[in-house]
Amino acid sequence: MSLQQPIRRKLDLKNGRVDLSHGAGGRAMGQLIEDIFHAAFDNDWLRAGNDQSAFAAPAGRMVMTTDAYVVTPIFFPGGDIGSLAVHGTINDIAMAGARPLYLSASFIIEEGFALADLKRVAASMGEASRAAGVPIITGDTKVVERGKADGVFISTTGIGVAPAGLSLSSDAARPGDLVALSGTIGDHGVAVMSKRENLEFETQILSDSAALHGLVAAIMAAGGAGVRVMRDPTRGGLAATLNELAHQSGVGFEIEEEAIPVRSEVAAACEFLGLDPLNVANEGKLVAVLAPEVADAVLAAMKAHPLGLDAALIGRAVADDNRFVQMRTAFGGGRIVDWLSGEQLPRIC
Amino acid sequence: MCLAIPVQVSEILPDEMARVSLDGVTKIVSTALVEDLKVGDYVVLHVGYALAKIDPEEAERTLELLASAGGPLQ
Amino acid sequence: MKYVDEYRDGKLAQGIAATIAREADPARLYHFMEFCGGHTHAIARYGLEDLLPENVRMIHGPGCPVCVLPMARVDMAIACARDPKVTLCAYGDLMRVPGSSGASLLKAKAEGADIRMVYSTLDAIRIAEAEPNREVVFFAIGFETTTPPTALAIRAAQKKRLANFSILCNHVMTPPAIRAILESADGSEADALRVEGFVGPAHVSTVIGTRPYRVFAETFGKPVVIAGFEPLDVAQAILMLVRQINEGRSEVENQYIRAVTESGNLRAQAEMADIFETRETFEWRGLGWLPDSALRLKAAYERYDAEKRFGLVDVPARDNPACECGAILRGAKKPRDCKLFGSVCTPDTPMGSCMVSPEGACSAHWTYGRFREAAKAAPQRRNVA
Repeated sequence: MSLQQPIRRKLDLKNGRVDLSHGAGGRAMGQLIEDIFHAAFDNDWLRAGNDQSAFAAPAGRMVMTTDAYVVTPIFFPGGDIGSLAVHGTINDIAMAGARPLYLSASFIIEEGFALADLKRVAASMGEASRAAGVPIITGDTKVVERGKADGVFISTTGIGVAPAGLSLSSDAARPGDLVALSGTIGDHGVAVMSKRENLEFETQILSDSAALHGLVAAIMAAGGAGVRVMRDPTRGGLAATLNELAHQSGVGFEIEEEAIPVRSEVAAACEFLGLDPLNVANEGKLVAVLAPEVADAVLAAMKAHPLGLDAALIGRAVADDNRFVQMRTAFGGGRIVDWLSGEQLPRIC
Repeated sequence: MCLAIPVQVSEILPDEMARVSLDGVTKIVSTALVEDLKVGDYVVLHVGYALAKIDPEEAERTLELLASAGGPLQ
Repeated sequence: MKYVDEYRDGKLAQGIAATIAREADPARLYHFMEFCGGHTHAIARYGLEDLLPENVRMIHGPGCPVCVLPMARVDMAIACARDPKVTLCAYGDLMRVPGSSGASLLKAKAEGADIRMVYSTLDAIRIAEAEPNREVVFFAIGFETTTPPTALAIRAAQKKRLANFSILCNHVMTPPAIRAILESADGSEADALRVEGFVGPAHVSTVIGTRPYRVFAETFGKPVVIAGFEPLDVAQAILMLVRQINEGRSEVENQYIRAVTESGNLRAQAEMADIFETRETFEWRGLGWLPDSALRLKAAYERYDAEKRFGLVDVPARDNPACECGAILRGAKKPRDCKLFGSVCTPDTPMGSCMVSPEGACSAHWTYGRFREAAKAAPQRRNVA
């Protein structure tokens, strides 16, 4: 007589919640991983069910990055923590001029987190990963007690490969170089802030969260060695990125406010809150510092790409021992664009 | 002091509230301090309260003065 | 954005700048004070001073309620927030203002105090309704623009019969502060403090009207031009001040005619008069103790007064002795004159409120003034490409 098999109850994806057993390493955890993560990310590596995954080392220079995603709220207009994690990690690899190849994703889940939400996050990650052509090939899951994690935290690693001899570097900008921006600023930060408690706005602003490696490939094809450095202006916004590059390269920047694309709704939301779009996070934009002789070709290539339709040249690098980022305002005056100190808080004054 | 912005009334709501908008961004705010508001009026908004109606004629006059103060013969 | 973009037009700005340059008498200096911190911020953000001729200079005034809030009152709010029953609601501007020993609301929050940033008193009322077992205290600051929203919050608390809502009142008034600046010029500061006219606050004036400024024009002989919030408004107001000085007039003029009337907002004034009374004296950072310059709740509204409800006491606190916020707020010194500026005191590590608030003179100088200094110091170097 054969033994009866235990009935494998399905996860209650509608009303169920993550509990400590899902992180304990036993059958419950296995089921969670299979029914939620493997189902969403579906590829050969994950189907093999190992704790690690192997791949052939590609020719060229290996590039690696790591990131953590703790965004609140988890779901926001235009994205969620999952798609953000995929796009952000791909972008870090892409900014080096490298081709992203593989991702890992590690989840720290708070006890009580709704399974429906976890499934939604996983599905979103799976979609983002497939659309970008960069599979999630290994991962990890932990569950912590209620109160010890804000819903879910996602940690990622990205692996990519850059052609040998590529020398994009944040200290490469030189006086005379031109600065290109791939599109409108402030969309992501405003989309997220609009949902946060006590700052309710009914807007159509969507996060710009996107994988930029296709745009980067177009930029590199058009600009080659004339592309000095690229960076995506995430936390701290365009202001932080320009200041970082100024400091790392030992130059100043002069930018034109009128040249910087900002959606009118984003500008309006910033007016409501007393924020400067220059300090607001972006998740689907990049800044490229270019040798003057390639600037026109690169700009044209950016504008021809779906993620660079609003691309613009916004200024140039100059010799400046102070490493100031200076801006000519639309009004005609001048000011310094500085890093913002601390957390960006809406003002009343 | 006082970060205040001009917004347009898009809907009058009960309890002296209204929906206002600025370039597609909308918010529900208090209109307790301003009387006789109609949809389409513009108000100055500060920390969730409308403080004053914007007078479109005076606004136009200001722009004319600005243009003429900027003009060649003054 | 309607009523916004038109008043930021760069071409019109060039025109007004040329007119100011033409009409300003090259043989004299013009020193005007923009009282309102919002104007300080606008001047810095748009680089307005770049459009003014060398002999027309702006002195940044103390009209920044964050900047004039004394350490002792910040300490009081932090002490109140540390009570485990209390949920302290505050505007974003207040989160990083330094109290004594480097404390701040942000740090107290990190240490476990329930402190929540809100956009409006409406949000604080909502929290009080949603969480009836929390003692919700609203940290109320601001000049006359922000006082009516606090008054209405108390009305709402009354109407909704909220038993868990109170105000920590730090509202201050504009005319007493302007008076204090004009009366404070003593022998030593007389030269630095030659304020010859005021750019009057935009939105305070929508509430109080233009009449309260008459005393400064008539008795003190200082022209006042009330200006709208956009850079073109401020530029036009400066032109109007230059003309008053040139023509030997001292009047109250209204540039912000689209929103400010002579009598102001009567409903707002009535609400304030009903709920608040004037404190005999109140400490202002930089200006000292000023009589009849600040508000507290009337006895009839005692139960909404957090100071009474929680028995909060004013513990005197001393500013960092090297911090020159006081003199800077009076317009007597410039940020560069402060030993701490730029080294110990930066926007990341503010020692005083002038650096914390984006409207403070030190913060404005950090953003804007250093740029002009650098440009003056090395004009050639900047153009080498």
